[in-house]
Amino acid sequence: MVRTVVLNIDDKEVRAKEGISILDAARKSSADIPTLCHENGLDPYGACRICSVEIEKKGRTKIVAACCYPVEEGLKVRTKSPKIDKIRKTIIELAAITAGEGLSGEMRLLASKYSADLSRFRSRVPTESTKCILCGLCIRRCIEANWDSIIGFAGRGVNRRVVLFPDRSGICSICNYCYDVCPTGRISSIGPSPHFPNIDNVTAGRE
Amino acid sequence: MLYKEPSSNKIIPKLEDISFYKYQLRLLLKENARIDPKSIEDYISQGGYSALAKALSKMSPEQVIKEIKKANLRGRGGGGFPTGIKWKTTKNATGDSKCVIVNCDEGDPGAFMDRSLIEGNPHKVLEGLIIGAYAIGADEGYVYVREEYPLAVENISIAITQAEECGLLGENILSSGFNFQVRVHRGAGAFVSGESSALMMALEGKVGEPRPKYVHNAVKGVWNKPSCLNNVETWANVPLIILKGARWFRSIGTKGSSGTKIFSLVGKINNTGLVEVPMGITLRDLIYKIGGGIRGEKQFKAVQIGGPSGGFIPEKYLGLQVDFDKLDKAGSMMGSGGMVVMDEDSCMVDAARYFVDFLLEESCGKCIPCREGLRVLSKILSDICEGRGKDGDIKIIEDIAETMRGASLCALGMTAVNPILTSLRYFRSEWEKHIRDKSCPSKACKDLINYYIDPKKCQACQLCLRECLVGAIQGSKDQVHWIEQEKCIKCGICQEICNFDAIRKISKEPIPKNPLKGMKPIWRMEN
Ligand SMILES: Cc1cc2nc3c(=O)[nH]c(=O)nc-3n(C[C@H](O)[C@H](O)[C@H](O)COP(=O)(O)O)c2cc1C
Ligand code: FES
Repeated sequence: MVRTVVLNIDDKEVRAKEGISILDAARKSSADIPTLCHENGLDPYGACRICSVEIEKKGRTKIVAACCYPVEEGLKVRTKSPKIDKIRKTIIELAAITAGEGLSGEMRLLASKYSADLSRFRSRVPTESTKCILCGLCIRRCIEANWDSIIGFAGRGVNRRVVLFPDRSGICSICNYCYDVCPTGRISSIGPSPHFPNIDNVTAGRE
Repeated sequence: MLYKEPSSNKIIPKLEDISFYKYQLRLLLKENARIDPKSIEDYISQGGYSALAKALSKMSPEQVIKEIKKANLRGRGGGGFPTGIKWKTTKNATGDSKCVIVNCDEGDPGAFMDRSLIEGNPHKVLEGLIIGAYAIGADEGYVYVREEYPLAVENISIAITQAEECGLLGENILSSGFNFQVRVHRGAGAFVSGESSALMMALEGKVGEPRPKYVHNAVKGVWNKPSCLNNVETWANVPLIILKGARWFRSIGTKGSSGTKIFSLVGKINNTGLVEVPMGITLRDLIYKIGGGIRGEKQFKAVQIGGPSGGFIPEKYLGLQVDFDKLDKAGSMMGSGGMVVMDEDSCMVDAARYFVDFLLEESCGKCIPCREGLRVLSKILSDICEGRGKDGDIKIIEDIAETMRGASLCALGMTAVNPILTSLRYFRSEWEKHIRDKSCPSKACKDLINYYIDPKKCQACQLCLRECLVGAIQGSKDQVHWIEQEKCIKCGICQEICNFDAIRKISKEPIPKNPLKGMKPIWRMEN
């Protein structure tokens, strides 16, 4: 039997099944937590950190990623505060370094919601805009749909990027999922007649 | 050969009386010099494995954990997490099979305390691990050693084989019914692979990247088994505590931090090397009594503690006691125990830049705050050090630091900003001078300084003129020399070799005019 825990999200009492994330519990209670690297049905990944929320436990506050942190009995969660908003704004501004300023998709909505200044950091580090924030959704979605992936990560640190493995193109089932999940609109629609998704060989990251 | 103390020039006949050793408490390191690490007999002759025998024959697993808890042993690998609590959580977690792991990744540049323990006294670490496994109820153990430590791999592997042959590992250990086996794993070591969740990914044969670990490794670790990871030095303390008791262990150190800690003491001091000191020793004693003070006639400026993401501590805190909580409070950390002493010639902006650049190389790149934050910080810091700093840079740095510290995926990103933040906290005026005046008060940032030959001191000996790599020094046998600033690459060789102390570094001051043509050195004019 799955236990139920009671926690407090933005001053509202919320009941949730033990083991689910703060994010899932919050969505049930209609608190709005933004996400960029999370997708229902995929394992939490914790890379974008835009879902950061403040929790209070034994009198101590801490910032955690709501998509990964499991609910706990008596936990107090704050999904909105000046501190959280500032962190989210800064994350969007940091993400814009590789994503660029001409955004579409979820990133664009969030940028205006948090009044992010997309050129604030970009102007300091001249980087080619790749439209990608390395959330890994396309890769993880592809693995889930096809048991394997034609795209994957390569490189470390600022050289991390999404690459296409052309020799695995046979795996592509033209499911369109990678296009659907991309939060920046980096992967373009494959058009009316189905063909291979439009991902350049190196899609993100490198300066 | 007799040793002469550099500070007093006195001859000291006994090793224990040399102040480098006198103020240390070498509980863990002392056996290194006495035993052959490849011989289990040597270890046993020093009382080795008697702690294991005691635990297995006289103590229940619960009692062992209680003793470790009572001793208040805290993790020596960085965080200072109470070891007993971690063991208890792992013990209480459900799972048919459990793991204990030794973290010997030691990725900090310049650190070698874990290496010296595993290479010099592998049985000590192994004994601690076996006791831990017994307490936790683990049947599998791993020793994760970085690839760059082949001798450590060799010695711990030999130790495991010997322990198996003696019935200290394997089935029914010392007829107690307890089964446990240990394997060595060589890690292809990036710095971040030492982080607990990344290390476990690597043990599973995957890419060593941190993963979100709000469910503790103690509950779900390697292959989802409850797993207890501790640092080499943490494990090495275990046999001591079991043999001598928690009360004895707590008598050493401070209220919150018991026992000793090994540091790798390096930088601008007279005595460098591995030192083991009781917790609670002051930084001043560590640096001046053991370290022998600052080299040359220079002034102490700061000490950086805890590896690349440790913070700088300034002179006014030299009285600070070395313990987990006090270092944290000062903005630094115990970390793994790296300790770099800096003197007046070190620029604290440049020092912060050095560590940020190291961490930028080591970030795995998975999460946005750490990857992109370090990218921007590195660029802004190099701008500041190279004279392109702007108003508002400090604000940008602080905003990014707040986000990295609060929202990064793992402790690499969270702590990466410590050097910057402590440098800002304690040496802010240096930052402002770099940004506003484009000057470097310590005269360390090459782009902000000039070399200049004092015509009153120059003896026209032509030494610098000949040695200058780029031919930037002009003059002749009868003509006082000068530096052509456009050609100078600021390597500093001329200043180093000048016998008359005639070459100075200046920052921001206007460069004095070149000496008049035909100006002779002062002593020749007087003749
Ligand atoms: C970036 C990073 C690198 C680390 N490297 C090491 C290491 O080389 N050795 C180590 O023992 N712990 C390292 N740690 C700490 C481990 O995550 C972990 O806390 C520790 O091994 C637990 O053992 P302890 O409780 O005995 O300290 C590192 C942590 C981080 C965030
Ligand atoms: S949505 Fe939680 S970290 Fe990306």
